[in-house]
Amino acid sequence: MKKFVKLSAAAMLSMALGATAVAAENIKIAFIDPLSGPFASTGINGLHQYQFAAEAMVNEKGGVLDGQNFEIVPFDNKISPKESLIQLQVAIDQGIRYIAQGNSSGVANALTDAIDKHNRRNPDSRVLFLNYAAVDPALTNDKCNFWHFRFDANADIKMDALTDVIAADQDIKKVYIIGQDYSFGKAVAAAAVKFLGEKRSDIEIVGNELHPIGKVKDFTPYSRKIVASGADAIITGNWGADMLGLGKSVIENGFDGPIFTYYAAGSGMTAAFGDSAKGRVRLISQGEINPIGSEEARQIYNAFKAKYPDGNIDQSRIFNVIGMLAKAIEQAGTADDVVAVAKQLEGMEYDSMWGGKLFMRPQDHQLIQNMHVGVHTDENIEFDYDNSGFGILTESTVEMASMDSATTCKMRRPE
Amino acid sequence: MELILVNIIDGLVTGLLLFMLSAGLTLIFSMMGVLNFAHASFYMLGAYFAYEISTYLGFWMGLLVAPLLVGVVGAGVERYGLRRVHQYGHVPELIFTFGLALLIEELVKFIWGNDQVPYQIPEILEGAAFTISSYNIPAYKVFMIFLSLIIFGGLLYVLTKTRVGMIIQAALSYPRTVEALGHNVPLVFMGVFGVGTALAGVAGVIAGPVLSTFPGMAFVLGSIVFVTIVIGGLGSLGGALCAALIIGWLTTFAKAYNVRMEDILTGIGFEKPEPLWDSAWSDLWTLTSPQIADILPYLLMVLILVFRPYGLFGKRDV
Repeated sequence: MKKFVKLSAAAMLSMALGATAVAAENIKIAFIDPLSGPFASTGINGLHQYQFAAEAMVNEKGGVLDGQNFEIVPFDNKISPKESLIQLQVAIDQGIRYIAQGNSSGVANALTDAIDKHNRRNPDSRVLFLNYAAVDPALTNDKCNFWHFRFDANADIKMDALTDVIAADQDIKKVYIIGQDYSFGKAVAAAAVKFLGEKRSDIEIVGNELHPIGKVKDFTPYSRKIVASGADAIITGNWGADMLGLGKSVIENGFDGPIFTYYAAGSGMTAAFGDSAKGRVRLISQGEINPIGSEEARQIYNAFKAKYPDGNIDQSRIFNVIGMLAKAIEQAGTADDVVAVAKQLEGMEYDSMWGGKLFMRPQDHQLIQNMHVGVHTDENIEFDYDNSGFGILTESTVEMASMDSATTCKMRRPE
Repeated sequence: MELILVNIIDGLVTGLLLFMLSAGLTLIFSMMGVLNFAHASFYMLGAYFAYEISTYLGFWMGLLVAPLLVGVVGAGVERYGLRRVHQYGHVPELIFTFGLALLIEELVKFIWGNDQVPYQIPEILEGAAFTISSYNIPAYKVFMIFLSLIIFGGLLYVLTKTRVGMIIQAALSYPRTVEALGHNVPLVFMGVFGVGTALAGVAGVIAGPVLSTFPGMAFVLGSIVFVTIVIGGLGSLGGALCAALIIGWLTTFAKAYNVRMEDILTGIGFEKPEPLWDSAWSDLWTLTSPQIADILPYLLMVLILVFRPYGLFGKRDV
């Protein structure tokens, strides 16, 4: 009996070993984003969405090519550009060919430069940069390169759609612009001034200022200035703790107009805003959550909630990244030759389960997609955020936003 | 004009909150000579404990129970941690509290997750207490001011007028004599550490709903607390109050008004370089006060250390 146990154990062991040897190597995607510090919650939620998307959309469907699975490898960059470059090097040294990053355009600017240089010097270990959230317009304009793909709409595209809504509201006469003091905050402010000037020159911009990113403990003094300026509406690109702090503070201190934002949902924010921000906070985003874009998306969302009961799909574009990458790898017939994969991604048209068509513009690698402006509310919400009963309800849609917008990108392509 | 008054009130709230944090820290330092790096972590614990209690028993029970819990945890840390490390000197103590701060942050993340928790102010304190022209003064802020003042008064009374306070003060200067008179000095130390951390807990309970409760909240406030007690003078309660109020008003006013460096520089007779973007000084010329508001306290600390190294009211060197 004892011998039999030993024997069968040995047999099982060898079978297990054999199985791993047969299975093809995973396609690894390095996820370089903050996993500690003040912005950790944003980063970790993103990581969960990546891991879930890879499982649900690729691995459970038998993988890509001949059964290769996607594997997300997390790297903590503490939201520092310097740390990100170190992590990028570590990822490259581990043989990873796909880099996903999104939080902070400052980091993305550093990464895209580093990757461009690396790819020119090391043709044998080139990598692709899948930017899923860094929206500084420069990344697909002056600083564009062949290796960088942006799956989120850039700050200009978002502001174009957002100002459509503002321009349509005749009650808004004065606008206050406030943002975080770095490339993205400045880009948002510049875009807001530009588009408001074009669409409604009668709107007065009564304030335009930047505050230190991630360092403001109490937004009360800023709220006082905003109230004092007599603004009818606020535009902000703030995210994470800065968005929550600003939003709560202006509402508490007596501002009663709408707040137009880029990122005021999920990561505990929706729950913390709760009833106080109902009908007040508006948000520009891609992907339809309420009402949901498709039956497939509904199933995915329910499965995600079953796995992460406290999580949200607040960055549905992550699923587009995984879906489009899988499609490109299938079409290229290889995951190792990133030039072939990149050429498939260029100009790709893809039907997103979150509704609408996606088009990766080949001249600047900016994804063109439907943009939605939604409102923070608890009515008609199927999928709430933070289990709070509140969520974002789509109010208006711009189809294929900024499809024909100009770009200054002059892309150099490898032979 | 009204805006100045409103900003004075806002600065007062910020200052008093900072005072409650630094009061405990400076008390512990003056008594035990321990610079407690984990102090802001107890502030965070206060907020999270209160949030957890408030989901079952409401805000007021949280306000009552959470600081007590934090105090008990603090006393436990002193009794079973610091007291053992104490014999090895100050550096191991520092390292111990530093490690404790990291540990508490990870524990909080482990239990409550990385997200902000929806810790809300009680309904009765929602809305504005009164308005000054068009500016709302939230009722909750008024409540914060009163609570801090009550705590400051109570602390001052206990320390200067009661028997316990006398023993504490005596133990501070002549621990051996106090021990010889039959008082249990280690118990006094444990009590002081417990009360100090409980004060930080109170600050966390009342700050949590307005400054949001998340695992980074200790980190955000951690360094400014040290700045406060250095400016005020290590070990001085009055100094801590003064420094906290100065910092509160300084940062509030710097953020509330867009004072431009350009105006200051031209005001004192410098000529604006043309074109500005080409000048080596362009960064300096384009600065505005809200951008540098949060480093002003650090600047003040450096000045204090240069000209008055023992702080505003301190009696000994830093």
